[in-house]
Amino acid sequence: MTAVPLAEIVVALLLLASGGVVLLAALGLLRLPDFFLRMHAPALASTLAAWIVTLASIVHFSSRGGGLALHTWLIIIVLSITAPVTTIVLARAALFRRRQAGDDLPPPLGSGPPQA
Amino acid sequence: MSPLLSLAITATLVLYAVAMGIGLLRVMRGPSAQDRVLAVDFLYVVGMLAMLVLAIRYDSEMYFEGALLMVLFGFVGSVALAKFLLRGEVIE
Repeated sequence: MTAVPLAEIVVALLLLASGGVVLLAALGLLRLPDFFLRMHAPALASTLAAWIVTLASIVHFSSRGGGLALHTWLIIIVLSITAPVTTIVLARAALFRRRQAGDDLPPPLGSGPPQA
Repeated sequence: MSPLLSLAITATLVLYAVAMGIGLLRVMRGPSAQDRVLAVDFLYVVGMLAMLVLAIRYDSEMYFEGALLMVLFGFVGSVALAKFLLRGEVIE
């Protein structure tokens, strides 16, 4: 049995973990009952999974020699700016559309704990 | 590249593909338009992650530009769609 470099083991574990997290986010997107609940699930993919994959790619490209390869960090920076904006705009659109349609809305913030 | 890493990359891509299939199911099933926009945004993010995994697989840094573009286009597309849902027009 040949020795596997430590960096490759770390990269493999990180990639598998990201696959699990993304699958969890997809299951949340499928199974959660309401739109405002479903909005929470994809955030798992755009934060935790993206961070894990970025770490894996930094480890991989840094372990080839030639110094620290930090350019993947740019994707995390852009993603952490854009993801909340998308979420807020989409939530506002959903609130507006529900109000237009006359459906029930989630209670406003500060009106006590949600009922179950 | 060791067989371990190659296997892990294959498994990760399969997991991503399953996740994208589930996301596609949500796009088709709806039930409301904002659900579809949310699922398309999710598909963009997972596609971007797959791009980063392919960068490791093919040991090429060219994929980063693609991933970065996918982040930006996903953002622009989702915001434009949400704006359309909000007012019925994208640019006023």
